[in-house]
Amino acid sequence: MAVTTPTKPADPDYVRLRSTATVDSGKNLLDVKALKMHFPLTQGIIFQRQVGAVRAVDGIDFFVEKGETLGLVGESGCGKSTTGRAILQLYKPTAGAVLFDGVELTKLGGEAMRKMRRRMQMIFQDPYASLNPRMTVGNIIGEPLEVHDLARGKEKTERVQELLRVVGLNPYFTNRYPHEFSGGQRQRIGIARALAVEPEFIVCDEPISALDVSIQAQVINLLEELQDRFKLTYLFIAHDLSVVRHISDRVAVMYLGKIVELADRVDLYERPLHPYSQALLSAVPIPDPAVESKRKRIILTGDVPSPVNPPSGCRFHTRCWKAQQICSEVDPEFIEHEPRHWAACHFPGA
Amino acid sequence: MAGQLLEVHDLHTQFFTRDGVVHAVDGVSFELAAGETLGIVGESGCGKSVTALSLMRLIPQPPGKIVQGSIIFDGADVLKMDDDEVRGIRGNNIAMIFQDPMTSLNPVLTISRQITEALELHLKMDKAEARKRTVELLDLVGIPSAKKRMDDYPHQFSGGMRQRVMIAMALSCNPKLILADEPTTALDVTIQAQILELLKGLAKEFRTAFILITHDLGVVAGMTQRIHVMYAGKIVEKADTGELFANPKMPYTWGLLRSIPRLDERRKSKLLPIEGLPPDLIAPPPGCRFEPRCQYRRDICREKEPALEHIPNAKPDHEARCWGTQQGGWLVDIDWRKEVGDTRIIEEIKQEVAQLPPEPKAGDVPPPPTAL
Repeated sequence: MAVTTPTKPADPDYVRLRSTATVDSGKNLLDVKALKMHFPLTQGIIFQRQVGAVRAVDGIDFFVEKGETLGLVGESGCGKSTTGRAILQLYKPTAGAVLFDGVELTKLGGEAMRKMRRRMQMIFQDPYASLNPRMTVGNIIGEPLEVHDLARGKEKTERVQELLRVVGLNPYFTNRYPHEFSGGQRQRIGIARALAVEPEFIVCDEPISALDVSIQAQVINLLEELQDRFKLTYLFIAHDLSVVRHISDRVAVMYLGKIVELADRVDLYERPLHPYSQALLSAVPIPDPAVESKRKRIILTGDVPSPVNPPSGCRFHTRCWKAQQICSEVDPEFIEHEPRHWAACHFPGA
Repeated sequence: MAGQLLEVHDLHTQFFTRDGVVHAVDGVSFELAAGETLGIVGESGCGKSVTALSLMRLIPQPPGKIVQGSIIFDGADVLKMDDDEVRGIRGNNIAMIFQDPMTSLNPVLTISRQITEALELHLKMDKAEARKRTVELLDLVGIPSAKKRMDDYPHQFSGGMRQRVMIAMALSCNPKLILADEPTTALDVTIQAQILELLKGLAKEFRTAFILITHDLGVVAGMTQRIHVMYAGKIVEKADTGELFANPKMPYTWGLLRSIPRLDERRKSKLLPIEGLPPDLIAPPPGCRFEPRCQYRRDICREKEPALEHIPNAKPDHEARCWGTQQGGWLVDIDWRKEVGDTRIIEEIKQEVAQLPPEPKAGDVPPPPTAL
């Protein structure tokens, strides 16, 4: 089975898909305020009492502008996926506010939330686990159309075929099952499913990390093309800093449930203020021996502490080479040190 | 070739499955001198791990079988040895570090038990001696309070720590060759940096030969002296590390280099993916195996398979398996940076390196901690 290149079919096909598109620049599509997501740890079999909490996300603030891609990077366990899910209300946040287009999502319930869900979708990491193996591709992509009452019967079939074409798959694949496709093709199916309801905002949760090197670029290019065409806004969650630099307009760095730095792509990568960002960037190997031989690595000692019992003060102080007395006592505020460049550190800069 | 630690000649490893014979490794040959570091790069399914397992005679049989070739390690053919002789080499002269430290350690045995086992078996140490050596090894790979932690179980260690235990285990018998199969793929970047730094230091200290198997060109760039690129069971390009990155010749290598964004990417350039999928190794293409995905293919590529040959005008040990790079071929004189749209030139890169932020000075702040 050959993968077809994502072609650019004549755009009139998609006018209908995106007829509701409104571009209102200069306004935040998403505002996240003091978001906390704690998972309780319980003890006891019948009478469970809470003995602690995993503070997966512990008070983060950021915004996403319309049409941009915000990259969210961090190591595993830092809470980046939890952030994505808490925004989409797949988890009920412990505290804080999530404003999508001005509407507070944490207070919405039932039907109102279901209506909002149409405007935001998610692409998952593992294309092997996120597609139901017993459903045909047509049913997988068609299901959201039915749930949201967008199309039925013949119209639905046409829309599904249209979507398959958009993501670069053969439109006649509708009766096949997920196991008949390769990883990259499955990820395209996942993308088609997310696009089915004409969302404005898509949370991409590590969409390429399960794919082979040569296939990753295919999916990155597809995501970029779709963004241009449908004026999508992405929250792009990944641990690969090179990929995040490539695809994002702005980048947020997370460490142990907190955002430690947030800046425009170039600012963050050229002039990182937070020591953790600096260490993270210096740790990424560059495929060029000429560059590699001259680079100085900042090697962090130890592992990420447990989010159940995070360090006092600045959470990074246990691994930070700049740490002073104050770092273990006072949690640094998330301050705008330069225009549009926030960092939470007592001693920011090089 | 005298003086080589390892000589692999025309290795063929196949898997006999219900659907047919999978030609996982199909005629791989290479040499390795003592103390040398070699990188084997390729996508999943290209046969790089199977090559490593073949060297250790660890191919599950059935369905796998080494059907042809020779593996001369230290003057003796591993493939002609009986099981006892192989056991004498495994873990003793050749050690392996596996990708997933979560599954490659035995969860029901303590760390100390797993390391002392090899010491008692291969080096005939008694219990007390072996335990003493274990503490030394764990210290060496940077496990804090090794004496206290050696009787812990694997689940009490984090991923990075488990990989350090794996490395300690590999080093335990002072092997001449270490095979590291994707040693950092399951780890986070900052932990990956720790482990790579550790491996680099150890390779230098013990003059151990290393084969580093990975899909990440960034990892091999800083770690190895030579690189072999594998595709669909064959080596398609081999060169010195510097030469391979400065002057790659095979279109597949170009694809690998240009399909991943670089951290130091200048501007937002479009990635050039390799279209299509790797071939089915049950019925590989008759000609060049990369031909169906190659932008530069010509008729001959589909008809006949090219041999691994020296590239004209390139460094002497730079070889590629490509019709286009053979004498008079159409790819010999192409400058890959221009060809694939990377307009960065070496001078630019040098300038960028010079502009990297300075390290924190020793005076005002403590120097960055190191892993060792």
